[in-house]
Amino acid sequence: MGKMNNDLMQIEDGIKFIPGASALVAPLNKIINWGRAGSIWPATFGLACCAIEMMVAGAATNDLDRFGIIFRASPRQADCLILAGTITKKMAPVVRRVYDQMPEPRYVLAMGSCACTGGVFDTYAVVQGADEFLPVDVYIPGCPPRPEALLEGLIKLQEKIMQEQGRWSQFS
Amino acid sequence: MTESATINVPVAQGNEDKYKLKMGPQHPATHGVLRVDLELDGETITDCDPKVGYLHRGFEKLAEHRTYAQNLVLTDRLDYMAAMANNVGYCEAVEKLLDIQVSNRARFLRVMVCEMARLASHLLWLATHALDIGAMTVFLYAFRERETLMEIFAELCGSRLTNTYTCLGGVRQDVTHEIMRKLDNFINEFPACIEEYETLIDTNRIWLKRTIGVAPVSAEMGLDLCLTGASLRGSGVDYDIRKHVPYAAYDQIDFEVPLGETGDTYARYRCRMEEMRQSNYILRQCIEKMPPGAIVGEDAPDLVMPTTPRKKVTADTSARQGLIKLIEDRDVYMEGDIYVATEVPKGELGFYFISDCKGKPYRMHIRSPSFIHIGALETLGKGVMVADLIAIIGTLDVVLGECDR
Repeated sequence: MGKMNNDLMQIEDGIKFIPGASALVAPLNKIINWGRAGSIWPATFGLACCAIEMMVAGAATNDLDRFGIIFRASPRQADCLILAGTITKKMAPVVRRVYDQMPEPRYVLAMGSCACTGGVFDTYAVVQGADEFLPVDVYIPGCPPRPEALLEGLIKLQEKIMQEQGRWSQFS
Repeated sequence: MTESATINVPVAQGNEDKYKLKMGPQHPATHGVLRVDLELDGETITDCDPKVGYLHRGFEKLAEHRTYAQNLVLTDRLDYMAAMANNVGYCEAVEKLLDIQVSNRARFLRVMVCEMARLASHLLWLATHALDIGAMTVFLYAFRERETLMEIFAELCGSRLTNTYTCLGGVRQDVTHEIMRKLDNFINEFPACIEEYETLIDTNRIWLKRTIGVAPVSAEMGLDLCLTGASLRGSGVDYDIRKHVPYAAYDQIDFEVPLGETGDTYARYRCRMEEMRQSNYILRQCIEKMPPGAIVGEDAPDLVMPTTPRKKVTADTSARQGLIKLIEDRDVYMEGDIYVATEVPKGELGFYFISDCKGKPYRMHIRSPSFIHIGALETLGKGVMVADLIAIIGTLDVVLGECDR
């Protein structure tokens, strides 16, 4: 399927033709995107302060379950990594390892100022933004962002997934 | 993936029966990024070695390059479950160092927000502790009440979690009638909520079996391990800074220090539940006794609103520079050092300053309860099962932001 992506030919808006295969992929693509956007499973991975607001977002008041977002304790079952908090230089290899353990396709949300840019912690110990070593999909500003901001970020991620064109891996 | 699919479990040298397991730093039950290196004999832990530093952000070094007023923002991020209590602890320490007087209304407001923070922290502790042990429902119930408190915080100072509500010499904003009304509603309803949690878990056989008799700490042992807060009071040691070295307005408020007897996980749980009742009682007194008056002391450095200078401000600089300049110019800095401790929900939070007559601390050391409590893990974790270690981490009530600083 990854190969197909290179050969896609746009016939009409939203409908694509694979030359030589006599097949249309557009509905499948849209169906897959719809399925992925409706079942984002983030890894339970709190780093610092923002993790508390992440928990609040998952609790009854905001209830992430209604978006199909269910926290998974194992990165093997997750497809979204919410970087909730400060990433220190000691923690960065671990974060990278958790990311590597997640199956494709995987998405990264940088939650809070620290994960976005390092925030107030411009020190020897802190990575100045998660995008120094991970491909970040959505940045959520705030210190910490309100749970509603996290919801907004996840909805933005859903919109992004809906616009994807046959993504099966990071590189296709 | 080029790596081998099998997991290589290293076997301890010369001891064929034991193997080593590294728990964390990515583990849902380590309350953040704590890593514990375990040596296991079957499922029994023979050696427990907590590794900290995964959230070391350089607080103390950052503080050396900022003025006393600016450092206040950093203290929010220490124990982010009770940022208000950290703010108060920091301000009490700096005020003692700079000899700044606080108005009585600000003292009461500080006690009020401290106790609200204590409730928020204990609710989060209860939620996560119960969740770790396997009781999911309490999590949802406790977060419901916590959300009410967070909204009151947001209305009070614009922020839910990292408040920066206090300032040197007082507090930043006064309470409104609306906030007092909401808080009044909350404290009227809250005792019933505590009973609700207790109904949920005190009758739960699994909860009782997993807490009663787990990790008993005798009074001597607790003192040897330097435990503070409810972790020590569960062992029956009457040590509460609010009572014995009162700060803010705690000397004008009546409350009891709940003590446990057996010193096990269950006793600490009971202790914290009683503390929540006492906090509720303190909040009621705060509402009733709240004195009128200014919220910032007369001789406090002008750090409340830099755009409208109060006094002793050099007007030639911009507002932002004025904010920093004033506290540098003040002729109040004494040489020497000071240690001031306050009772935060986790235990004794101490700030140690060395001042060299400049506007910035020469050295700021934070005595954080979580760091000391994680040190106790090595002793308490030996000889227990792996599942009990989760209960022990929960009952010590650690937060890694404060531990690693």
